Amino acid sequence: MAKRSNEPVLWALFSAGGVVAALLIPILLFLYGLAFPLGWLEPPAYHRTLALVSHPLGRLVLFVLCSLSLFHWAHRFRYTLYDGLQIKHLNEVIFFLCYGGAAAGTALAGYMLWTIP
Amino acid sequence: MNEAPVYTKYHPRWYRARVSTYWWSRRWAYLKFILRELSSIFVAYFAILTLLQVRALGGGPEAYARFQAWMKAPILIALNALSLFFVLVHALTWFHLAPKAMAVRMRGRRVPDFLIVLPNYIAWLAASAILAWLLLRR
Repeated sequence: MAKRSNEPVLWALFSAGGVVAALLIPILLFLYGLAFPLGWLEPPAYHRTLALVSHPLGRLVLFVLCSLSLFHWAHRFRYTLYDGLQIKHLNEVIFFLCYGGAAAGTALAGYMLWTIP
Repeated sequence: MNEAPVYTKYHPRWYRARVSTYWWSRRWAYLKFILRELSSIFVAYFAILTLLQVRALGGGPEAYARFQAWMKAPILIALNALSLFFVLVHALTWFHLAPKAMAVRMRGRRVPDFLIVLPNYIAWLAASAILAWLLLRR
């Protein structure tokens, strides 16, 4: 079971993730999820996209965006399950699946963005 | 917890009304709360989608072209449209929660809510404009 002292750190990650997600995801999801696939707008070419992503600032922004978004999800989803489904007896499992998933995603994002050419 | 409880005579029994698992479906305010909380699933979905895209990008031009073609599948368009709706719910509710999460005081007076909400919108606009400019300029 989580110690009480973990809570401020997890809340800070949740909160920072909430800010980053609110500021950056809507425009990115609109462009990459709808506007580019549906042909409304022209996506940047492969090499330009690669240049943007592999720029140190690009790597950093994407890493922070992916990691904090996942920690935001972990915290909020944990409490949604807790409040919405009343499954208190699964608390430990949910805790490890949520934050463990976010930590695994962070490690994966770090590895992928570090090694991208 | 395992110690034998001490009972006093005439101690009132705690009364707790049973709450239905579907308590949040009874009222619009509760439903809104659950929808707002569920937006986190779509935030995570976006992070995973982004990682898939980075992987395709690292795999070379052909892998990236395959990823772009995959993103055109109707099911993904539908999922992305739904996700965009939830992400917008997240952004708007997040900006309006900000003044409630931090009650800023200046000279003993509480700063009005809109002075905290407004900078959020300005930052949103600025971040979106910068990203759109980076991705759309020729």
